[in-house]
Amino acid sequence: MWRFVLRRILLMIPVLFGLLLLTFTMLQLIPTDPAAALAGDNATVEQIEAIREQFGYNDPVVVQFWTYLKQVSHGDFGVSVYSMRPIGADIAQRLPATIELTFVALILAGVGGIVIGTLAAVWHNSAFDHIVRVLSVAGLAVAAFWFAIMLQVLFAMDLNWLPLRGRLAVGIAGPPHVTGFYLIDSLIAGDFGLFWQSLRYLTLPAVTLSLGGLATIARFTRSAIVETMQRDFVAYEQAVGFPKWRIVLPYVLRNSLVTPITQIGLLFGSMISGAVVVESIFDWPGLGSYLVQVIFAADYRAILAVTLVIGVIYALVNIAVDLVHTWVDPRVSEHM
Amino acid sequence: MLLVKKLLRDIPAVLGLVIIVTVVLVAIFAWHLVPDPYGVYDGDILTRLQPPSWEHPFGTDDLGRDILSRVIVGSRGALMIALGVVAVSMVIGIPLGLYAGYESGWGSEAIMRLTDIFLAVPQLILALAVAQILSRGIESAMLALALTYWPFFTRTVFAETRRVRTALFIEAMEGLGASRLRIITAHILPNVAASIIVRATIGMGFTILTAATLGFLGIGATPPSPDWGLTIAESREYLPESWWFATFPGLAILLTVLGFNLFGDGLRDLVDPRLRRSR
Repeated sequence: MWRFVLRRILLMIPVLFGLLLLTFTMLQLIPTDPAAALAGDNATVEQIEAIREQFGYNDPVVVQFWTYLKQVSHGDFGVSVYSMRPIGADIAQRLPATIELTFVALILAGVGGIVIGTLAAVWHNSAFDHIVRVLSVAGLAVAAFWFAIMLQVLFAMDLNWLPLRGRLAVGIAGPPHVTGFYLIDSLIAGDFGLFWQSLRYLTLPAVTLSLGGLATIARFTRSAIVETMQRDFVAYEQAVGFPKWRIVLPYVLRNSLVTPITQIGLLFGSMISGAVVVESIFDWPGLGSYLVQVIFAADYRAILAVTLVIGVIYALVNIAVDLVHTWVDPRVSEHM
Repeated sequence: MLLVKKLLRDIPAVLGLVIIVTVVLVAIFAWHLVPDPYGVYDGDILTRLQPPSWEHPFGTDDLGRDILSRVIVGSRGALMIALGVVAVSMVIGIPLGLYAGYESGWGSEAIMRLTDIFLAVPQLILALAVAQILSRGIESAMLALALTYWPFFTRTVFAETRRVRTALFIEAMEGLGASRLRIITAHILPNVAASIIVRATIGMGFTILTAATLGFLGIGATPPSPDWGLTIAESREYLPESWWFATFPGLAILLTVLGFNLFGDGLRDLVDPRLRRSR
């Protein structure tokens, strides 16, 4: 088990190194002069040259890559032209919001998808099953940004049930910082009103973000259970006279959840890219909306730093998924 | 023929095909179909933000342009982008996948590790970064999407090539002294073509969604293009009053992508019966 974990982590290193090389290469390809951008519009040629020397832009490329590696390994991504703050600090400040949003969406998609998929499989070929099948295909064809806007129009603008955008109302301070997750921090502070408010603000973005995942997981769960239901042990249990739910819940479900769980890992990638869109529509102060902002500010260092951080998170999540995978189905680790 | 018959019995796949054919026809004859050819780019400012009516079935936008006409013309851009991106990705991805699958050595290892790196970041995010570096505009958005989508083709082709490579007839060809190029192009490629077609079909739908997202974020098409994603972005200022402004371009995306997904799923079931429908 631990050897397996170690192996996965070691395999991650060359990929991350490659990603660093890729982002570094992209930094080199940037058409604008980073020194000129840092110096500002009114800088003289000498000032730009001084900055170039100071930041090592005159060094050979290999030396620059080495410096870049050293800086990045300390979480030092340079200064953002957009916010004029260290990029590492910007990312650290915004990361919890994204993780909170993605995590809630992942839970919604996972739990919702498994429940819906199981029900559809148990009521195989019923009207409910057909509706689930149609919606699970349609759910993957919906553009997240459009779905977000439709939800905003309906629930925030017309019905006025939920807030339109933001993480909390303007002027309301977040809970005291412990984890950075408002839902958890407000509970730690014992402020249930704030917890309720955070939850209300979180609902629409999280629902939007979970849609694609919900559809995928419902679909995989459904087909896996339908398949497992045809196995001999199920026929045996039915013959012995177990009620349907006593068969499905403990036995069939455990034998069927491997594929849906693998899917959750793969979904994380689409959730992160979904977060870019969803966060900028709902003004959610996370990494995704930061990425869009720095893109429009043409802040290349920040763009590539965010790309890199997302790559690292993505790799870690994939390892975590593999671990859960082996826990649910111990047969897996023998193959890896 | 048996395959065609089997496909025709698959109702969702047929529905998908019907949608694809319709959208393609609409795109080809777009300029003949639009009810108001002048209204695509030049609106009448006096009739701005009109709700759907007989004259403007999908309503009008903030400049008084007919949204139905713009949605119809927008299908051309959406399909062209997706076709371009998928074609370029295939040109890059398939040869690399064939080579890496057929050969085993540091070259093939390097190619596959490169795909690992590209797939280590979600495609949209990599495409955003690349598009920004390439400068704004539809061409750089397309290039960015293609440069980040080819690894998917390489992966698919690699896996299939590895599977076919161990077949007896390949060994026989090698024994007969057929050249490497001949074996790969004349014998392996036809055997992996089915998977490529499936990947390309699903890739079309996927790319239309991603390209629309880039357009929405303001990185792809630029005004006054009738791009679906861009139109939805433009509509945001006029919500919720002008709901039709955002609704219809979004439905167009939904329908088109749905067509490619349904048909792609059907094709995949045909090609690989182990992955039966239902998923």
